[in-house]
Amino acid sequence: MATGEFAARAVHAHAAPTSWIRKYVFSLDHKVIGIQYFFLALTAVFVGMFLSLLMRIHLIWPAASLPLLGDIKPETYLTLLTMHGTIMVFFVLTTAPQGGFGNYFLPIQIGAPDMAFPVLNMLSFWVTALAFFVMIAAFFVVGGAPLHGWTGYPPLSALPAAGPGEGLGADLWVISIALFCLGALMSALNFITTTLDMRAKGMTLMRMPLTCWAWFITAILGLLAFGVLLSAGILLLLDRNAGTSFFVPLVTINGQLTGHKGGSPLLWQHLFWFFGHPEVYIAILPAMGLCSQLLSVFSRKPIFGYKAMVYAMLSIGFLGFMVWGHHMFMSGMSPYTAFAFSVMTMAIGVPSAIKTFNWLGTIWRGRIRFTSPMLFALGFVSLFISGGISGPFLAQPVLDIQLHDTYFVVGHFHLIMGVASIFGIFAATYYWFPKMFGRMMNEGMARWHFFITLIGTYAIFMPMHYLGMAGHLRRYSQLTELNYLHGLVPLQQFMTYAAFVTIAGQFIFLFNLFWSMKFGKKAADNPWEATTLEWTTATPPPHDNFGGHIPVVYNGPYEYSVPGAPRDFIMQTDPATVKAH
Amino acid sequence: MGLVLLVVIWLITFISAYFFIAKTWWLPVGASAAAAGIDHHFATTYLLMGVVFVAAQVILGLFAWQYRQRTATTPEAYYSHGNNKLEITWTILTLVLFVGLNFMSSSIWASERFRPAISNAVQVEVTGMQFQWYFRYPGPDGNFGATKPQLQDPSGGGEAALGLDPADPASKDDIVAGTMYVPVNREIEVILRAEDVIHSFFIPAMRFKQDAVPGLAIHLHFTPIATGDYEIACSQLCGLGHYKMHGILRVVSQEEFDKWLAAREAEKQ
Repeated sequence: MATGEFAARAVHAHAAPTSWIRKYVFSLDHKVIGIQYFFLALTAVFVGMFLSLLMRIHLIWPAASLPLLGDIKPETYLTLLTMHGTIMVFFVLTTAPQGGFGNYFLPIQIGAPDMAFPVLNMLSFWVTALAFFVMIAAFFVVGGAPLHGWTGYPPLSALPAAGPGEGLGADLWVISIALFCLGALMSALNFITTTLDMRAKGMTLMRMPLTCWAWFITAILGLLAFGVLLSAGILLLLDRNAGTSFFVPLVTINGQLTGHKGGSPLLWQHLFWFFGHPEVYIAILPAMGLCSQLLSVFSRKPIFGYKAMVYAMLSIGFLGFMVWGHHMFMSGMSPYTAFAFSVMTMAIGVPSAIKTFNWLGTIWRGRIRFTSPMLFALGFVSLFISGGISGPFLAQPVLDIQLHDTYFVVGHFHLIMGVASIFGIFAATYYWFPKMFGRMMNEGMARWHFFITLIGTYAIFMPMHYLGMAGHLRRYSQLTELNYLHGLVPLQQFMTYAAFVTIAGQFIFLFNLFWSMKFGKKAADNPWEATTLEWTTATPPPHDNFGGHIPVVYNGPYEYSVPGAPRDFIMQTDPATVKAH
Repeated sequence: MGLVLLVVIWLITFISAYFFIAKTWWLPVGASAAAAGIDHHFATTYLLMGVVFVAAQVILGLFAWQYRQRTATTPEAYYSHGNNKLEITWTILTLVLFVGLNFMSSSIWASERFRPAISNAVQVEVTGMQFQWYFRYPGPDGNFGATKPQLQDPSGGGEAALGLDPADPASKDDIVAGTMYVPVNREIEVILRAEDVIHSFFIPAMRFKQDAVPGLAIHLHFTPIATGDYEIACSQLCGLGHYKMHGILRVVSQEEFDKWLAAREAEKQ
């Protein structure tokens, strides 16, 4: 093992680049690539947020004409929600936690000089960036961006005649997703190999920080899920352009035959959700790993139940592939399968509950330091509880009859997959910014940002549950046609006002980010007094991460407040060791 | 800071819970035989999950405040890597709660979806197309006539929109309507189809929802128990007019239903 390890190091070591292009653009350095992913996601999140703002404005002022954009027509609204969902899920929730922070910190936290395949890493990023440009291009082609929702159910997504935006815009949408899948597959291979082969001496699997476990499991999910979506995307592209009928049966649009026959619309849904449900965990697992880490660091306490956390994440990953049918209870799938999927879905709630229990157990009898990353980690736990608790409603087909495709679902997944994951991303930014940029972010601004975002997002997404119970369907561009929606308009207005405030709060973050890069307080090498390897190296880390030496690991990642120790934390590399647990 | 966090988390929790408890916004009044059972199970789930929700948030806020670092001399944090007994207890409790809930609701699901419609149910074929619902009744012969996609002409009204084949004798007495008339207290067998893209047939008051998928004919049933007009919505994104694809379910007495059907037959002859 040891020889293999060192052979691997020799192969993967690469000299620091000297030219500007190789250093900052086509870089092989995982740290630069991580920052590139981070800024790609940052761009995407502001685009996605802007689209959601337009939706919120249109919902309560449907007649409003906007400067530059003009009237928002019903199809424009559907375009906005399609692109909002797609951009947020792929280019933010998948890109920032894994591609961004995972890329930057996985190698450092396991004591490796780089990822296992640096060239592949560079390719992953540039393919992902290309995918983003293709996605954005869909706005500017004839007919505009597609309106079929981020789930892209055929026949709507397969037939150019089915609606505006279903022409070239929809082709670009599929191509972009296919490219994204390619990037994600390459990245997943890299993460898995790096975790298995590049760990420093003494860094056993059970000494890895939970962040590394989360990135590792996320990569496995990505490897298994994105391949399926890639295939489905190619089949959809063929249906759209090559006259095949994988997903389209004999249908007419406005009385005109389309030339397709024999395909199955449900086949797409199975393939899509076979990817789509693991994708939820791809978005949230890194946040789970990170927030576990932060709760321990800032409570100055070992994580409560390290092994239980690892096993819970592994079972979430495993069960995550057996629950996709809960998105299809009302789809026309066999009601017997619905029952089986429902049992599995309720079962996946168990490891999630264990994690919550352990988070509470970690802060219990701790000595909490309310730094900005800690605030976001605690906010994450609160949002995870709130978003998780609506899961057992939707997991039961009987209740899904009423709740499926209503705002209840929108509220559920925004809280848990959207906002909770975003809180993970914010926590990661505040926590690792000092290591990445050598300066501290401003704590005062961070606190304002935290409280505005926590209260604001609850104000936006909690009322969605009430709307959903009352039967308010999602993806409705106007609330005028159904009588029972009229009474719900005041809630929609409240949510739009909350969105204004919340979005304004995000500019505090943006300002803080760039201001602190230039003017932040200089950061020490280990400003948070944390134990993991990234805090043993210089700030920012040198090209090979550890400046020519390779760390040796003696301790687990969460040795805080060890009785009898000289200070309240013991570094993983500290040889004056406690007994390894 | 711990206190601020406690106040904020508790306030969010109590305000959220208040609107659930006050039922300010709630399920629409049910008007089908299945509604009572479904609503009851909803209330059970809601009660159990509500307790977990409030308890977990209250504890989170409390711990954040109670275990804050007060001064530099605060005693060190408690050194512990966890407790396996607690982990196992917790796992078993949640497993029983979650999977138990699921089994509690399985008999309702079975009677809604496993059991086929009874043989003397009133048959209505529901067809979705961008952006309209059509309702077809088989007429006195009890058989639906053939439809052909080649004959579809949405501009020509209901029968033409469905592409009803005049050459088929069974189609002669088929009635196609834009409003769904059904008799009260009779089981209604819905045969759900779609012509172009996926739609979803949702009657909130009947606790009835099912996607209409091109290429499939999905058979389901429900039993209205109160007369009146109920709104029908499309709940699956079907294109730019999705928001306006709606209809009316009109539940009437058996006599009124027979009269309406007879009048439509007479119109047709």
